[in-house]
Amino acid sequence: MNGDTPGLAPAPAYALEGHGLVKTFGSFRAVDGVDIAVPAGTIYGVLGPNGAGKTTLLRTLLGIIDPDEGHRRLLGAEQPLRMARQVGYLPEERGLYPSMKAYEAIAFMGALRGLPLRQGRVRAREMLEGHGMGAAINKPIRQLSKGMAQTVQLFGTIIHEPRLIVLDEPFSGLDAINQEKLERLIREQAQRGVTVLFSTHVIAHAERLCERVAIVAGGRIRFEGTVDDARAQLRSQVRLRTRAREGAWRAALPGDATQEEGAWHFALPDGGIEPLLRALLDGDAGIESLSIERPGLHDAFVAIAGAAAAQQMRDDAEREALV
Amino acid sequence: MREMWRAALVIARRDFTAVVLSRTFILFLLGPLLPILIGMVFAGFTDKISSTDLRPVVGIAMPANEAVRLERAHGRLTERMGDQALVRMRRVPMTPAPRVQLARADSAVVAILSGTVARPVLTGKAEDLDRLQGDLSLIASAAQAENTLRMVQVQREEVATSNGAQAQGRLQIGRVAQIVMFFLTILLAGMILSNLVEEKTNKIIEILAAAVPIDAIFLGKLMAMLAMSFVGIAFWGGTAFAIFLALGGNGAAVPVPAVGWPVFLALAALYFAMAYTLLGSLFLGIGAQAATVREVQTLNMPVTMGQMMIFFFASYAIDHMGKAPEIAAAIFPFSSPFTMIARAAQDDALWPHLLAIIWQALFVALIIRVGVLLFRRHVMQSGGRWWKQLFSPSTG
Repeated sequence: MNGDTPGLAPAPAYALEGHGLVKTFGSFRAVDGVDIAVPAGTIYGVLGPNGAGKTTLLRTLLGIIDPDEGHRRLLGAEQPLRMARQVGYLPEERGLYPSMKAYEAIAFMGALRGLPLRQGRVRAREMLEGHGMGAAINKPIRQLSKGMAQTVQLFGTIIHEPRLIVLDEPFSGLDAINQEKLERLIREQAQRGVTVLFSTHVIAHAERLCERVAIVAGGRIRFEGTVDDARAQLRSQVRLRTRAREGAWRAALPGDATQEEGAWHFALPDGGIEPLLRALLDGDAGIESLSIERPGLHDAFVAIAGAAAAQQMRDDAEREALV
Repeated sequence: MREMWRAALVIARRDFTAVVLSRTFILFLLGPLLPILIGMVFAGFTDKISSTDLRPVVGIAMPANEAVRLERAHGRLTERMGDQALVRMRRVPMTPAPRVQLARADSAVVAILSGTVARPVLTGKAEDLDRLQGDLSLIASAAQAENTLRMVQVQREEVATSNGAQAQGRLQIGRVAQIVMFFLTILLAGMILSNLVEEKTNKIIEILAAAVPIDAIFLGKLMAMLAMSFVGIAFWGGTAFAIFLALGGNGAAVPVPAVGWPVFLALAALYFAMAYTLLGSLFLGIGAQAATVREVQTLNMPVTMGQMMIFFFASYAIDHMGKAPEIAAAIFPFSSPFTMIARAAQDDALWPHLLAIIWQALFVALIIRVGVLLFRRHVMQSGGRWWKQLFSPSTG
């Protein structure tokens, strides 16, 4: 953490808060009445399809743009830029000065956030060397590969040791190895007590990393909670294969059970699997296989964001009809 | 406010080093010297042309004794009036028809003086006669009175100062200072137009805007460009001074401005900085709205015309010291620095300069603020009506 920040107030419970946030571009509501609270010290994911409003939400929370309605708090401050020294931000559209040397670019980004330039240069060299990029230290950005440039920018985001790191689609453009490195880096930061907020449309990263997620669609938050809470939105799926095709046991199957390639699929009944098992055994169904699959975050996301998107379309159609 | 200045300095340092340490900066430094050198060569060349070839030559078609009298008179007058004061004369063959001689293809004279010293006849085109008649009348009169005309010796009484001459000299200094300042601003301030295009095309603006107030970005860029301009001016000024000394220039012969040279030079630096930042902040605000270099190029012409208008206004005001045009030009922020430097050359009062600099600085701040709010509104698509936020804090 940056030790030179004068008069640090006690850490707030929430690193980021937004209440009733609205941001419109022309007639398009990119953020449409969002309430969000990111607990301090957590890894928090903002998930949503492309165009869902994730980037606009992050930019609004960080104070890059002002909301049309609502208010926000960043590390307890009403004016986000006042806390800029304690925040690191990696935008979705990566940007670096092409003629700057790698270590200078990192130090410059730190200097913008209050880190003395000399200290930043030393740290930048250490970071690059520590991550096997020693050869790139004195290279201009224009001579680096896209992945290396992205890593340089990421180091620039964290060089001043912020309390809050906001990453907009940080995994996009990275190969599998660099994605893994980034995941490790995010975990390391979280272990140091840093709040990490990132947006993504790749569920797997959020599922592996996040303690809490917000699912955004159509500019609104459709779900907010832990990953387990998200999974709990869907019931576990049962897959059953029997030798007998017909029998009294069929009446015990849920009404929405579907048959596919000789196997039954249905959501785990509210009363659990035992009554069904009993009916299957009593009815000589001849169980070949029975599995209960816990839904993943991806299933939850599709269910939540998909339904929400459909609802959004219906709302738009209704609004247009009214106009 | 302190944080904003710190952030502005970070940006200024980055921009300054990016420009000054680039290879193209050498071209930037050398570029303005080329026209100066070419100008000096041509100035010497044209000076030579004007002092020899371009003076009109009048043919003398008179008997030899008459022609000699005229040549002696021409020599005596030239001794006192200087080489360039009178027409040149050359003997041509006596002719009964000077018109015919002038019409010949090999005629090298503008007009022909025939007849006698007592009754000279000048033949030539009407406009040439108008031009030459006075000179030739004077020469002929001197020749006529060759034996009786005594040149009166004027006694020299030297003084250290002459208010009339001093006023003329100071007016000249004011004019030169205005012109130099104008050329420097037109040369340097236009570059600011494209200053934010790099950040926008490279998407760096997002990083900057997330970390520091946009006011700091604007201010930092202006500071960097101003510092770069001073590097250029120091180089060009130093070179010009070296050439001046090398050519044996005499500094003592240059008139002293009303406020004295040290204060005048300090004010010139300050007013250049103000003129540069006033125009620069405006250009930065305008250029920031442009999305591409092409759009910036399109803006160049109207911007240059605007600068010319300002210069003409200030240039007109210099002849009307203390009158309405000069006061108006001193109050109008964009012409104010040019007008005030001319005033510094002619008037020794210092307090108007303090007022003017504060006034100009206020406008720099105002223009930056408006530029920032327009940038936030139209480029970042953030914030409401700009005039409602004009005086709100720049952070958050």
